[in-house]
Amino acid sequence: MLVSVRGLVKAYREVKAVDGLDLEIAEGEIYGLLGPNGSGKTTTILVLLGLTEPAAGEVQVCGFNPTREPLKVKRQVGYLPENVGFYDDLTAVENLRYIARLNGIPDKESKDRIREVLEQVGLTEVANRPVGTYSRGMRQRLGIADVLIKRPRLAILDEPTTGIDPEGANQLLDMIVEMRREQGMTILLSSHLLHQVQRICDRVGIMHRGKLVAEGTVDELGAKTAGEGVELEARVEGAGPELATALEALPGVQEVKLQNGRLFLRADSDVRAEVARLVVEQGARLLELRRRGLTLEEIYLRYFQG
Amino acid sequence: MRVVFWKELADLFGSKRFIILFFLILIVAGAAVYLAGQSLQENPPLDTSYVYLRLFTQGAGGLPSFLSFLSFFGPLLGILLGFDAVNSEFSRGTVSRVLAQPIYRDSWINGKFLAGLATLALALAGIILIIFGLGLYALGFPPDGGELARMFTFFLLGLVYLGFWLALGILFSILFRQAASSALAGIAVWLFFTLFFYMAAGLIADQLAPVALDSPPQEWARHEAIRDMVLRFSPVTLFEEATRAVLMPTYRGLGIVQALLQPNVPTNPLPLGQSLLIVWPQLVSLVALTAVCFGISYVLFMRREVRAI
Repeated sequence: MLVSVRGLVKAYREVKAVDGLDLEIAEGEIYGLLGPNGSGKTTTILVLLGLTEPAAGEVQVCGFNPTREPLKVKRQVGYLPENVGFYDDLTAVENLRYIARLNGIPDKESKDRIREVLEQVGLTEVANRPVGTYSRGMRQRLGIADVLIKRPRLAILDEPTTGIDPEGANQLLDMIVEMRREQGMTILLSSHLLHQVQRICDRVGIMHRGKLVAEGTVDELGAKTAGEGVELEARVEGAGPELATALEALPGVQEVKLQNGRLFLRADSDVRAEVARLVVEQGARLLELRRRGLTLEEIYLRYFQG
Repeated sequence: MRVVFWKELADLFGSKRFIILFFLILIVAGAAVYLAGQSLQENPPLDTSYVYLRLFTQGAGGLPSFLSFLSFFGPLLGILLGFDAVNSEFSRGTVSRVLAQPIYRDSWINGKFLAGLATLALALAGIILIIFGLGLYALGFPPDGGELARMFTFFLLGLVYLGFWLALGILFSILFRQAASSALAGIAVWLFFTLFFYMAAGLIADQLAPVALDSPPQEWARHEAIRDMVLRFSPVTLFEEATRAVLMPTYRGLGIVQALLQPNVPTNPLPLGQSLLIVWPQLVSLVALTAVCFGISYVLFMRREVRAI
């Protein structure tokens, strides 16, 4: 295991940001850490890098304890922070050279590496412009270059796609997949934008209130939620309590909830056909009927609503 | 740490605010010294020893001396270089990126402080050398070894003094999240020590040892002694007292007693070692103040959570 975390606890004053987190990431994997804002993703990442000290728990990254041997960890781990910042009056090349020097890469060698990584992220043409003139998407790509320059074993990307347009986000995700393919890097990325992460992650973990509430491949997570019964959502014009009571009487239906004209049903099996017939028989207009709990989005919502 | 040092040094030297302030001080100081030189030419002193040092201490034509300028404007230079050292990195979002590189956290803050100090050293050395050049032009003969030694001591002293203000600026840059509030706090402290502290010291002395015009001399002496002691809490006073001893070889001591005795004491110049001995407490206090100020910043920075909550 390249990363292993056991029983991690970290509190800021009274607020427990991370509360008993267990996490394991294998070499060569793309792992997506998901969760709403404030669920403890960034805190977990900072602990992994040794930038903040945990209150309890065991953490191993690349075989070292990041609290005790932060330099050994930082030498092998590249980090792209959320809202990455650069020195605005320096050019991309100068910014990267500074990071290369901090990593002890001699200037002769870093010159080629900088050219190489800037080409990889498609910033060659603007390489000698001050970073202050860059757009948000360009900064994010420069952030990726900043990670690549040190050729890490593990790259940690905190919300890499936040704040850039969908096309730019897709390019960025392709770049991340490329990183893994070309250099065999392990990648840990955090996000609250599920559909993006879904596309590139081998495994995802869902964090909520400092705990990992679910983990697995996207398919596994879907199966897990489906295993607990089927959830249906129906949009019905003119739905009232009578309709809900009638639906509850259907065989196999456990529970019916009515919320702003939408009916939420939980049943033992897929009873969509029966529900549709009943609604029509009752004289109401069925606008939409679908099975929930299949996309990651819904898995995610389930955890955070329940 | 070397990498951080060189990068910060390049940043500081390239920054517009440094260039502006440097030239401002240079022009003002140059004018003060030039006028002092002229007045020395017009009214040559009876005793021509250490005449170079007078360029620094003598005011002329209504302008205060270079020394006063330095003790007044020097702090501004120090604060200016330090006030956004750390909080600007937080607001730019470069902190976590830089600290995620394999460097120790303290080498970052040390590198920043040393780069600031080196910038101040170069600026101060530059100004002093230019004054020397002006002095050569105005006086027409080179300084001797004693003067050079005192000049060098003065340079070190000035550096410690500016270093104190730099450390204060860095401390505020850690305490305050906004660069603007940090700059304002720095300027407030500067104004307090350079302008209001004399008044405050007088008030405290009046309270502790009230005197009237017809009070006996002992009470006056006590009043003055208390005032001087209070004043010595200010780095500005410490610096002024210390430099006076360094730049005026005939200077025998501080306080009212010495001032009263002065006319009766022979005014032969003292050797540098003896001059330093007079103001040794001031020197140590100044160095200690700087060290304490930087020490607090260091501890605060090391304990600071990288994440802004």
